[in-house]
Amino acid sequence: MRRGTTALSLALLAVLLWSVVYPNVSVIVGTFSHGLADWRAFAESPADREALWSTLVISVGSVIASLAIGVPLAFLLTRMEFRGRRVLSAVATLPAALPPLVGVLAFLFLYGESGVITRGVQYALGMEHAPWTLTGLWAIIFVHAYTMYVYVFLFVSAGLERYDSSLDEAAAGLGAGRALRLRRITLPLLTPSLVGASLLVFMSALGSFSAPYIFGGGQRVLATQILNSKLNGEMGLAYVETAVLAITAVIALLVLRAIERRREYAMAGKGRISRVAIANPVWRRVAPALAALLVIVLILPHLMVVLVSFARDGAWTTQVLPPEYTLDNFRRLATDPALWTPIKNSVLMAVIATAANVVICFFAAYVIVLTKAPGRKLMQLLVVLPWAIPATAIALGLAATFDRNDPATARVLLVGTFWILPLAYFVRNIPLVANAVEGSLRQMDPTLEDAARGLGANWWMTLRKVVLPAARPGLVAGTMLAAVAAVGEFVASVVLFTHNNRPISMEILSQLRDLSFGTAAAYSVLLIVLVLLITLGAKLAEGSVVDAERSAR
Amino acid sequence: MSANSLVLSGLTRRFGNDGSAAVSDLSLEVKAGELLALIGASGSGKTTTLRMIAGYEIPDEGRVVLRDASGAERDVTREPPQRRGFGMVFQHYALFPHLRVVENVAFGLEARGVGKTERESRARATLDSVGLAHAADRTVQALSGGEQQRVALARALVIEPPVLLLDEPLSNLDPTLREHTREELRSMLHRLGVTAVFVTHDQEDAFAVADRVAILKQGRLQQVGTPQELYRTPASLDVARFVGRGVMLPADVRGDRVSVTIGDVTQQAPLAGNHAEGSVLAVLRPESLALRASDGPGWKGRITARRFAGGHEVYRVALDHSAESIEVTSEQELVEHAGVHVVLRDQPVAVVPAG
Ligand SMILES: Nc1ncnc2c1ncn2[C@@H]1O[C@H](COP(=O)(O)OP(=O)(O)OP(=O)(O)O)[C@@H](O)[C@H]1O
Ligand SMILES: [Mg+2]
Repeated sequence: MRRGTTALSLALLAVLLWSVVYPNVSVIVGTFSHGLADWRAFAESPADREALWSTLVISVGSVIASLAIGVPLAFLLTRMEFRGRRVLSAVATLPAALPPLVGVLAFLFLYGESGVITRGVQYALGMEHAPWTLTGLWAIIFVHAYTMYVYVFLFVSAGLERYDSSLDEAAAGLGAGRALRLRRITLPLLTPSLVGASLLVFMSALGSFSAPYIFGGGQRVLATQILNSKLNGEMGLAYVETAVLAITAVIALLVLRAIERRREYAMAGKGRISRVAIANPVWRRVAPALAALLVIVLILPHLMVVLVSFARDGAWTTQVLPPEYTLDNFRRLATDPALWTPIKNSVLMAVIATAANVVICFFAAYVIVLTKAPGRKLMQLLVVLPWAIPATAIALGLAATFDRNDPATARVLLVGTFWILPLAYFVRNIPLVANAVEGSLRQMDPTLEDAARGLGANWWMTLRKVVLPAARPGLVAGTMLAAVAAVGEFVASVVLFTHNNRPISMEILSQLRDLSFGTAAAYSVLLIVLVLLITLGAKLAEGSVVDAERSAR
Repeated sequence: MSANSLVLSGLTRRFGNDGSAAVSDLSLEVKAGELLALIGASGSGKTTTLRMIAGYEIPDEGRVVLRDASGAERDVTREPPQRRGFGMVFQHYALFPHLRVVENVAFGLEARGVGKTERESRARATLDSVGLAHAADRTVQALSGGEQQRVALARALVIEPPVLLLDEPLSNLDPTLREHTREELRSMLHRLGVTAVFVTHDQEDAFAVADRVAILKQGRLQQVGTPQELYRTPASLDVARFVGRGVMLPADVRGDRVSVTIGDVTQQAPLAGNHAEGSVLAVLRPESLALRASDGPGWKGRITARRFAGGHEVYRVALDHSAESIEVTSEQELVEHAGVHVVLRDQPVAVVPAG
């Protein structure tokens, strides 16, 4: 038995080292392929220095903007009662459900130079030019804030749910006013949530590709520089840029984790929170109106994508709203084989990648949580590693490694084939599935497995009858997250796709380039529907888990 | 410490839409330097009352007034908690987990703008007075339950509050520590002369700590008085049941005597306090009764259980002509199932209105 788990552990480690670590090593090695020349080129290139700087500015700016939106919203929705609260709560997390490229597209339709809001304001005020342009640093931060504040909102809301409100009351009773309570008690105690959320936003913004790519204008960031260098054939420089991006991510991770670790407290109290009505009469009046406005702002991107998906390609020029509507866009997706291929590709590749994620991550979590097999500490590190590395860097690593057949160095030619994208999706989504399954297994009573063995069940039977059922909630959740991420994946795809395996996201991009807004939006709607179906499927599967547990009892 | 008295008049608080009141029409005065315990069953409105005094709940009706030694009144009903500055000790102590012990205690001074060195030294002095000077620099998580309770007390006391409020301060302590702590609490609060309201659902805690005890039932004040008054002359059946052991039996008041009849045997005792003549319920405490093994006057019965209560035995006796079984203290050694006679001693017996 001992030998069995050891073999399993080693096999999994081999897969993870090969798919997660090896590509990064290839990148590092690649940076020295011309000695130090590429590093020197990076250091001396004004464009790269600017890109590094603006990447940092964007990341920090996105964190600040997300905190500025997410923290007050979380406080408002967990602590206050007002008309419209329920609706606002329901849509507050909606932006995170948009696949990255679709969100960017929606912003283009709304706030871009010829966007609905932009034109609306321009015509209403009788201006000659658009009142703003959606390009540059500010535009990128704006788009990031819209999708990424959700992380802050979720983390802080969860923190506030756990927060023991009698601490606030105690502070008030001791004479502390609202400001002092916030500064000395509430915010310090929410530090873990704030740091966790900031880290997530920082990492997402650091690796963000879609927004800078579409809205950047002349603005360079590292993620787009990498693609540029690659397209220019300057692979050495691309590796250096990738390494710098990845190193920045790891430093941010370590710094924020260090802050977080010093700030973990157990809260002993009952943590009962009660929402109170807004006391100030002016605010009580204004709150529902503000809530309504916010709801509209939050769902507008979704509505806009749906609206444009019915717009006739080419007809929408200078009008505020598209003038002609048709079902043609959807009809063409279904009938034109060239337009249907990307849909088929995306679904197929998501299925393959997610299936691999499920198998590998289930066994990895099993080894990590329930065995004492050698190498499980290393495995725990490896399954979270892809999370710390920006997607562009992952993609470039794969490109650097799997560009030829060479059994001696464990290289296989995948670049240019169908298989490179499923592999990229698989690597990116390892942390999602592994974390979810680990979470479920940690809740399992470890004596259960021993008990099953004691009853004479063999290893395989124990795994099937005891471990698998325990892992199921995490497997379902992880599968859902991975499938959603894979089906709309853009950032790794743009680096690695070929004409034959182009996914939906790439097709959206090329339709956008051809100014076929209607078709691009139709694809986006399809993507949103796919995401909804996957989510729904997971909900049903979750339900059947609960049912199965109930009937087992 | 400034001796303020606290006057509650007609406090009412309703929750939800059904209009049922968690506390209704509660009027009460806590005298300067007095320790008042608020007791009642779960859900009787104790915490709600305390929270209205502290300012965490705004009453729907009624007032909370502070009166100082000169008789000047200050209506604080609508003031937020931070303006009232009543010290409060929470049931789970609500210590700030991210602050050291001394910082926890100094927090109220910080809120009052006291400088860093002064508030440190005052916090340390207060910690010393609760016997925790040595723990000042620890984190609060490193403290035991009893120590945490004393930190919470020090934190509330350091701001020299006009009124100190304690919500079940003893309920998280184990029994031996609890007995010790309540004596300490009483002597400390008396020494400081602070006016205090303390909530508990434990009658023993209330009697051990408080000068006077107020009993709540379903949000209504039943009776206020010293422990002795509540025990000896309960105003209602509920109070009599809540305070101490005993059985309530139908009885008659004639003049200053109470007569209790079971079967065809009537026994009499002096009436405790005053009561109008007529049918009542007599509150027969274990010590109002005696047991006789031999034949003679008294109610016939049989011993069903006994327990040793330190120094004397308490017997449970099933009476021949009553559905009630009755508890009696005795120094005699009797065996279970033995036939006995229960005799009413010639000591004052309390009565409460029937049903
Ligand atoms: N915020 C609230 N919202 C609605 N109902 C409440 C609220 N606070 C208290 N109540 C209700 O008011 C009644 C009195 O509650 P309270 O907490 O004052 O009782 P208590 O005497 O302190 O009980 P316990 O001994 O269980 O602490 C209960 O029925 C309770 O459910
Ligand atoms: Mg209570």
